[in-house]
Amino acid sequence: MEEEAALTEQETAVYDRQIRVWGVQAQRRLSKSRVLVAGLTGVTAEACKNLVLAGIGSLVVLDDRPAVFDPCSSTFLVCHDHNASTDENKSVAEVCAAALRDFNPMVDVTMFLFSLVGTSVMDVDNYDVVILNRAAIKDKRRINELCRRSAHKVSFYTVDCIGSRGEIFVDLQTHTYTSKAAADAAESCELTKKFPSFEDVSSVPWNCLPKRISKLFFAMRVLEEFVQATGRQAGPENLPELLALRTQMCSKQGVADSLIPESLLAGLAGADGTEFPPVSAILGGILGQASRSSSLPLVKALSGKGDPLRSFFYFDTDDGKGIIEEIIS
Amino acid sequence: MEQREVLKKSRVLMVGAGGIGCELLKTLVLTGFHNIDIIDMDTIEVSNLNRQFLFRKRHVGQSKAKVAREAVLKFRPDANVTSYHANVKDEQFNVDFYQQFQVVLNGLDNLDARRHVNRLCLAAGVPLIESGTTGYLGQVTVHVKGKTECYECQPKPAPKTYPICTITSTPSKPVHCIVWAKELVLVKLFGDRSQASDLNLQAADSDHEDFLQLRDAETISDFCARVFDQIFGHNIEVALKNEDQWKNRRRPTPLFLSGVLPEGIETCKAHRFSESILSVMPLLGFKNPQEVLSLQDNARLFISAMRAILETRTKEIGSLTFDKDDQLAMEFVSSAANLRAYSFGIPVMSIFDAKGIAGNIIHAIATTNAIIAGLIVIEAVKILMKDLDHCRMTYCVEHPSRKRLLMPADPFEPNPNCYVCSNTPLILEVNTGHTKLKDVIDRILRTKLGVSSPVIMHGTSLLFETGDDLGKEEIQLYTSNSEKVLAELPTPVTNGGVLSVEDLQQEFKCSIHIRHRDNFDEEKEPDGMVLIGWSSSVAEQEKDKGKPIAAPAASAEVIDDDDITLIEPAAKKRKPEDDSVPLGKKQKVLE
Repeated sequence: MEEEAALTEQETAVYDRQIRVWGVQAQRRLSKSRVLVAGLTGVTAEACKNLVLAGIGSLVVLDDRPAVFDPCSSTFLVCHDHNASTDENKSVAEVCAAALRDFNPMVDVTMFLFSLVGTSVMDVDNYDVVILNRAAIKDKRRINELCRRSAHKVSFYTVDCIGSRGEIFVDLQTHTYTSKAAADAAESCELTKKFPSFEDVSSVPWNCLPKRISKLFFAMRVLEEFVQATGRQAGPENLPELLALRTQMCSKQGVADSLIPESLLAGLAGADGTEFPPVSAILGGILGQASRSSSLPLVKALSGKGDPLRSFFYFDTDDGKGIIEEIIS
Repeated sequence: MEQREVLKKSRVLMVGAGGIGCELLKTLVLTGFHNIDIIDMDTIEVSNLNRQFLFRKRHVGQSKAKVAREAVLKFRPDANVTSYHANVKDEQFNVDFYQQFQVVLNGLDNLDARRHVNRLCLAAGVPLIESGTTGYLGQVTVHVKGKTECYECQPKPAPKTYPICTITSTPSKPVHCIVWAKELVLVKLFGDRSQASDLNLQAADSDHEDFLQLRDAETISDFCARVFDQIFGHNIEVALKNEDQWKNRRRPTPLFLSGVLPEGIETCKAHRFSESILSVMPLLGFKNPQEVLSLQDNARLFISAMRAILETRTKEIGSLTFDKDDQLAMEFVSSAANLRAYSFGIPVMSIFDAKGIAGNIIHAIATTNAIIAGLIVIEAVKILMKDLDHCRMTYCVEHPSRKRLLMPADPFEPNPNCYVCSNTPLILEVNTGHTKLKDVIDRILRTKLGVSSPVIMHGTSLLFETGDDLGKEEIQLYTSNSEKVLAELPTPVTNGGVLSVEDLQQEFKCSIHIRHRDNFDEEKEPDGMVLIGWSSSVAEQEKDKGKPIAAPAASAEVIDDDDITLIEPAAKKRKPEDDSVPLGKKQKVLE
């Protein structure tokens, strides 16, 4: 058992309330975890806030878009007076990193200016957790594979918040955790779960999946295809193209069009790439919780039992359900 | 009207700028809410910073409502946020005030305030969205008068109380030891003795009435040693003589200093305490608050903490009140509780755990608050867009149930027997010959019914009221009435009598029918009276019919931080007019 440094007085004081949730050991391990977040929009602003407040070791944010303050759509990390600062050409990453540092000076927050687009190699080996936001499907597959090939475990997440709906994908590779066999069991046992990769889940034939699976799974795959084909987010005017893609994909998969309701695609397109802030907060919260727990190699350290989220989380404001879907081949 | 316009023109009230409040204010303004009033009486503490992200270290000590407003203006400079550093129970927040808003959003941490706001929302006819979180658990409920149940339609667990004998004689859980240390020992030694429980610390020992006072020519160290032997040794020996009590219980072990610390307390006596000492643990070499200390170490801590308080806090002796952030007091309480626990064979606690129990600390993380705040805003939008039919309750759970981490449920209909929103009469079983009016006021009206400023009438006779505008004669009358047993009031209250209770500020009214009963079980009915009469709510009726309830049992009720451990009879004697909570009660006194 390695000798671990005690928490500092400041950590003990600030983290008191959360130490009462997950314990000192978990807090210590959190402080060593390194997280990468690519793409800063509302939902990842929320997730970064949550991770920084939790006291992770370090956070690297990637986003090279210029930061422009928009009173209607900027995240809470962008202040209205940043334009007045000496360097007017700051990127979103830079502005947000500075704000995040302020939330918790004990966390090392840095940023890189390049985005995933055009980057052929990404050194995932420097991280314990990688989170991709609004990534193209090919980037999702590629980076997931890099994470799986790394010598140490790199947990992989994708998140997409579109309007009032959203999807989170998790790949913890092989994950060991403690859990109770039954809700009222006295003893906890150690369980191991294998996670499918993004490639795995996207290659499961649709006609093999249980009927009750969240329709959002399919709808998001259609939107992914649209982004892949056009290089941009779908807008309300793109509904006909989405419907055409739906027909194409469903036919290829041997399922009926009706599997994916038109109203759902219309709703997603209608968001026009924007995020509904309450849903960003909900998804950012779930993501913040999930990636916190997975950054610890053994969830045993957590005060709770550790059933991890596998593999998707969906939220749709229309029905208000926060659903976990397992897609197994 | 388009949603954006509706939100911009609306006016909402937030009560609470803490864990949920910070997340809620942020999400509201990002969503396009423009006019927001926010009330919070607290000031910022270091332990808030792990989740109340609008606050920074430099803000510690400042008003939460005020700082939250300033923080939000940084990223939404046009938002019209009005902050009140005030108690939501203040008179300024009356029905007229509430009627300015289209919806009220609670982010509170105590039952008392929630009930107060509930009643005012009912009186004003304004929808209320309630919420709460503890660790990973959270819930959001929507209350629309006439359409859904009100916050009080389903009885909420009242603050936890413990029978006197459990605390003074037969503890079986760590919390019993904490309550003993905090409410009895600390108060008797350092606090206002007139506030202490009428009961003695020991079972019966009339020879040493002032054993807890420093005697002439006694050094502080000797006093500490004598107190140790008295409360952990002698008193236990006396209690052991009562054979009946221990027939089916583990007999406690008396602890005497000579046995626990054979080397004596020289090492404890040696330390010189500086004037402003905050903590003795480092001096004794105890660095880890998570560590469970041995019996010997707890004894050393007890002696040292007691000494430190007596030597360096002389001005406070006689008026010290417990504050969980008073490290020295916490060290005293935790060591005293642990010594008692060792004696009774009860699991002992680290000071970290003891503080959690003694201070009723709610464990909390940022993510649950963020999720709950998002859910609150979703419901708030529906209310403003007059989409009430789609309002729902949502539960956020730690472990998924049927694949769900977030579970929506339809709101319940109003409980036709709810004494708050439907004015059903209540029944109080009480011994009218023995019970004083003030006991009914304290244990039933204030504690169970959440009435802060009761006006009690018996027929046409006004028995009791509170207020700043009372004349001297009226105050005398009400004080004297409160000391009388029910049957001896100016208009005797006996079996069959009906008391009508109002709270003018909350615009709340109910009737209490009195039923006389001679005896009450001390353990099962520690109040000495029983309030009954509201039949099971709709939810419970459905449960009886076998219909599944959407609400998962585990998260049905999140804990408030005022699951206060009271001793019955009430340890604190209230003055009749002292029913307002002081502003900024958590504010440290700055000198």
